[in-house]
Amino acid sequence: MPAGRDRRLTRTLGVAGITGIALFVGAAILALALAATREGAGTGAASDVFDAPVFDAYVWRVARFTLIQAGLSTLLSVAFAIPVALALARRRSFIGRIWIIRLMALPLGLPALVAALGIVGIWGRQGVVNDLFALLDLDRPVAIYGLAGILIAHVFFNMPLAVRLLLSGLDRIPGEYWLVSANLGLSRLSLFRFIEWPVIRGLLSGIAGLIFMLCATSFTLVLTLGGGPAASTLEVAIYQALRFDFDPPRAIALSALQITVTAVLLLVLRWLTPPATEGLTTGRPVRRFDGRSRTALLADILVIALAALFVAAPLASVLVSGLASDLAKLASDAQVHRALVTSLGIAAASAVLSVALATIMLTTRQILLSPRRPGRFAHVFSGSVAAGTSLVLLVPPVVIGAGWFLLLRPFGDVARFAPAVITLINTLMALPFVTRVLAPAIATHAARTGRLTTSLGISGWSRIVLVDGPGLRRPLLMALSFAAALSLGDLGAVALFGSQDMVTLPYLLYSRMGSYRTTDAAGLALLLGIVCVALTILGTARESLRERAS
Amino acid sequence: MRGTWLFTTTTTLLLAAGMMLPVTGAEAAEKKTLTVYTYESFTSEWGPGPKIAESFEKTCDCTLTYVSVADGVELLTRLKLEGPASKADVVVGLDTNLVTEAKATGFFAPHGLDTSALNVPGGFSDDSFVPYDYGHFAFVYDTQTLKTPPKSLKELVEGGGKEKIVIEDPRTSTPGLGLLLWMKSVYGDQSSEAWSKLKDRILTVTPGWSEAYGLFTKGEAPMVLSYTTSPAYHMVAESSDRYQAAEFAEGHYIQIEVAGMTKAARDPDLAKAFLAFLDGPQAQTILPTTNWMMPVATPSEPLPEAFGKLVQPKTTFLMSPEEVAQNRKAWIDEWLAAMSRN
Repeated sequence: MPAGRDRRLTRTLGVAGITGIALFVGAAILALALAATREGAGTGAASDVFDAPVFDAYVWRVARFTLIQAGLSTLLSVAFAIPVALALARRRSFIGRIWIIRLMALPLGLPALVAALGIVGIWGRQGVVNDLFALLDLDRPVAIYGLAGILIAHVFFNMPLAVRLLLSGLDRIPGEYWLVSANLGLSRLSLFRFIEWPVIRGLLSGIAGLIFMLCATSFTLVLTLGGGPAASTLEVAIYQALRFDFDPPRAIALSALQITVTAVLLLVLRWLTPPATEGLTTGRPVRRFDGRSRTALLADILVIALAALFVAAPLASVLVSGLASDLAKLASDAQVHRALVTSLGIAAASAVLSVALATIMLTTRQILLSPRRPGRFAHVFSGSVAAGTSLVLLVPPVVIGAGWFLLLRPFGDVARFAPAVITLINTLMALPFVTRVLAPAIATHAARTGRLTTSLGISGWSRIVLVDGPGLRRPLLMALSFAAALSLGDLGAVALFGSQDMVTLPYLLYSRMGSYRTTDAAGLALLLGIVCVALTILGTARESLRERAS
Repeated sequence: MRGTWLFTTTTTLLLAAGMMLPVTGAEAAEKKTLTVYTYESFTSEWGPGPKIAESFEKTCDCTLTYVSVADGVELLTRLKLEGPASKADVVVGLDTNLVTEAKATGFFAPHGLDTSALNVPGGFSDDSFVPYDYGHFAFVYDTQTLKTPPKSLKELVEGGGKEKIVIEDPRTSTPGLGLLLWMKSVYGDQSSEAWSKLKDRILTVTPGWSEAYGLFTKGEAPMVLSYTTSPAYHMVAESSDRYQAAEFAEGHYIQIEVAGMTKAARDPDLAKAFLAFLDGPQAQTILPTTNWMMPVATPSEPLPEAFGKLVQPKTTFLMSPEEVAQNRKAWIDEWLAAMSRN
């Protein structure tokens, strides 16, 4: 652990970070609530009509569906991700492995509408799958609109995410473990039980929790592929309350319901899955001795190929539609240039902020929890970081955006603050992803280097440059690329603040789509995809270097 | 490797710092300015905004500035968030269903213009808002996959056809609400049963027009809820007759877009002049081929030929803004119940 001065500084920053988050979100909600009570019945017809109780039968039905679809989506995403991650961890070097890993980070950066159209291109009524069945003289048997469509879309988005997070965990298993287990001649089942499963179990609550929240707050995908209003999430009701009915109290009450229900589930998940214990290593290169049989190899090839195909097919559909657009014209369109610069700026800024914030808070937690018997403050802080970095995903960006709009109104033209507010909102929304990449990595890193660096008296800047920088570079890059991709594809708050000066790529895409320019939109989707590929290359930079070395 | 890492960090931090700088607006001090709040597709480069600004600025010796948000509903939310301190002089792009709520905010001033000469089906007139274009909701179909479209709403609902349709959600979108009111106008008390029958033909209900039209042009369904004017875009901009609107015998529900001036307008005469300009021949020539809606007054130049080929509904349905405001919640609940039943 760092020396006293470092510890105090980190601790102050960490506490400041979590307080900042709480204030940023809390102030927005408070402003919105106050505005609503101040204007009260004065808003006229709308509020007269909507003074019905908030939690009526409709809300409960929607809440139930939200939980069912999010639960199933999470279960499927994780269940499919585990074998894929295991197979990828076992096959450490094959041609194209790095690209399959990069592929797994791509869906994250796509706006929901683009992904929905890509999925429809494969699984839809006129999609490739049904075309294949038509060759067999079957009359388009695959019908996805309904729960099936929602689940396909959510697995498409989240299974790759889970694979990436699980794979990072599996990659941290000390090389010694594999050596010893090979010496002991452990069977496949025992390997899983004693080595792989404890690692997976430790990561599971974080990953499942994240996916559950993403699916619970899903909106466009659920409505578009859900087949009818029976498939609605609470997020739809919140959006309706705030945007269509302008009823902030209802929006806040529904958000509170969403947060409470999910928080309970996350706590249960955490309780069910204890964190993994760290294993010591001399840092010897990992070599796998298992899975050498032909059946094992075939099984792994099959699993990896199927997963890659499932993720790549809708992306290929996006690519094909994109290529049909007038790319040359888009490439020379000044508006596209501006949108690209804006999007990249926001993505870069919020990624750096998010990673910095997460690193500081996680390090603080590490420091506070390191004594044998951590104090009450340590537990409170640890709990708030866990809650703060998770539940923030459940506060709809539109609520935070509207709240800050009200807060900034007295200070002149709100459009001037738009870049800052949107960057901060994206920073918050990226935190849950970033912490899930960094938390296990920082824990492992601290367990492996903490005592040694302290006993050697390395601290301050030299500790960062010599120990923490190199040790955490890989997860940091991955977290950066995740956060950047996420903000890149986000439409969220931009819509409210939007003005001519503040057009992002997804906003431009939606706007072209909304004025019949479907082919332009397809071209922009391709452009977004290309930028995301670039980001995933950044996120895996170290891996490719190491691969080359070995 | 560390070099690259540092470089990336520095660049992103610099970019971040750049983003935080406030955007300074360069406003000419001596010239009069008019701030118009509107929706995004109005101000986009192919929308009516730029051309209208150009020709209006020639007549007024003033500078016109647009502030745009995503759509008409967002426009009203934005005004409510900004309150009376809003910089808006004129608001362009609400529709008749939002008028009651917009008036309840108390931000809008009477326009004092004579709108009796305007040609608006359904005969909408209001002392705070002037109509500037309109479109009828219609089911647009793909002639390549659907040879005989339904000839009435009744045929669509009860005709036993198997072709799927994509519609929008009335909870989140204007066309969705339009269809709800259309069904109500035709079926009245029987709307709930009608929705139950129509349910089997509905492939999916999307959150907005873009998703629905995207699924339609991707070929997922041969019919989509859109506007009678949609085929004009495909005919004029893509020279394609493939997508056509189905004329329904009962008539079509109308969407009328309106504009109004605020009480806080810094120069009420200028604001009023802009409202009058919107309904003048120049703006009315620009609107149909940029906003893809029908003009409310005679344009200075004849409309493209394609507009002559569009469905011209014989009957127009329009409910008063008050009736919609009073019943919207109950009707949406009825729709939800009918559509969620299995």
